[in-house]
This record gives sequence, C-alpha cells and structure tokens, in this order.
Amino acid sequence: MVDRIVTGAHYGLRSWLLQRITAVMMALYALFMAGWLLLHPDLDYDTWTLLFSSDVMRSFTLLVLLALFSHAWVGMRDIVMDYVKPAGIRLLIHVLVILALILYAIWSVQILWGM
Amino acid sequence: MNKNRPKHLDLRLIKLPLPAFVSILHRVSGLLLFLALPLLLWTLQYSLRSIETFTSLRWMFQHPLSKLFFIFMLWAFLHHFCAGLRYLVIDLDRGIRLAQARASSRWVMIVSLTLAALLGVRLW
Repeated sequence: MVDRIVTGAHYGLRSWLLQRITAVMMALYALFMAGWLLLHPDLDYDTWTLLFSSDVMRSFTLLVLLALFSHAWVGMRDIVMDYVKPAGIRLLIHVLVILALILYAIWSVQILWGM
Repeated sequence: MNKNRPKHLDLRLIKLPLPAFVSILHRVSGLLLFLALPLLLWTLQYSLRSIETFTSLRWMFQHPLSKLFFIFMLWAFLHHFCAGLRYLVIDLDRGIRLAQARASSRWVMIVSLTLAALLGVRLW
C-alpha cells in the first residue's frame, strides 16, 4: 500500500495545471502593466489612481493577485516538500504560508476597494 | 526504492550545467518574490491611498539602499518571468533537445540580467 502523507501533493496534475494557468494570467497582466508604465514615464498620483478607479481594473487586478497567491502556494509547497523532511515542521510551514496568503487576499480587497 | 544507493551530494564538488543553474535560480527567485509579497502589497496600498503616502513612497525610494533592493527584486522577477516562459514553451514540447535547452537557458540569463541592468540604470 502507498504511504499517504497529509503534507504531500496528491497526484500533481491539478497543481501542475494551476501553476501554468496562473503563470499565463500573471504574465499577461505584467506585460500590460509594463506597457502602461512605459507610456507614462513621469507617473503622478492622479494618473496612477485613475488607472485603478474603475471596477474592471480593480477586479482584474484582484483576479491576478489571487492567481499570484495560488501560484505562490504551489511553489512554496514544492520547495518545502523538497527541503523540509520532518512532517511536523513541514505542516507548520504549510499552515503559516496558507494563512499568510489568505491574509494577503483579504488585504488586497481592502487596498483595491478601500482607496 | 533502494535507499542504499551511493550518493554524491557534495555541494562544493557538484558543477551544475546551465539549465540546472537557471532552474535553481527559478526556485530561489520564487522564494524571494514570495517573501517580498507583503512589501509589494504595502507599496500598492501606499501608492493608491493618498497623495501624501504616494509622495512619501517616492521619497523613500530615493534612498540608494531601497533602489538597490528594488533592482535586485526586479532581477528576481525578470528571471522568474523568463525562466517561467521557458518552462511553458518546454511543456509544449518545443526546444527540448539538449543543445536547444542549453541555448534557451543561456538566453534566460542574458535577457533577465540585461533588462534588470538597463532598468536599473534608468531608475538610478
């Protein structure tokens, strides 16, 4: 019988796919942002906040940030699984990373809709 | 699995080929980017909250140390971005021959370092 570990990666295909889909989303957003910043070399506060004033931009930014947090979870989990062997410490780091990322998600909503 | 296989894991003696070097840097840069996430969100918050916080952010960025740190993180992002694109292409079964893989990993190093240097000089 296979020894199942709670802190393992299950079968991996979902994570593999998630990592690539979120990567493409972030790459497109990064290219958009890089292009926008190139078009606005002397960026001032009004221009910057105008970009984030519409709900469409806020929603897409939040979507990409959530993609980023999922991507970070898969990446951090892979790193921890490779280098941290004791199950207890591994679980502790996993929980801390997940809690941090959920907090970042809540913080992101506050930033984008609280401005 | 046979656990008694001979191992040769002396890190000082292992000479990584370039694709492996790009791969480990992909991990290291990913970890650095994860650790910098609160800083990224904090910067976004300060840049949007008010004209005062926006200006103070600008002022803080004038410090040489924060510029150096930003340029370093910019390199981490660019490396992670370029190496990530390379993996996406490799997943499509393109560029998987040894010579091509070596050439593309060299391009990842060249492009990310050059872009980081150019943007770094521009921002300084």
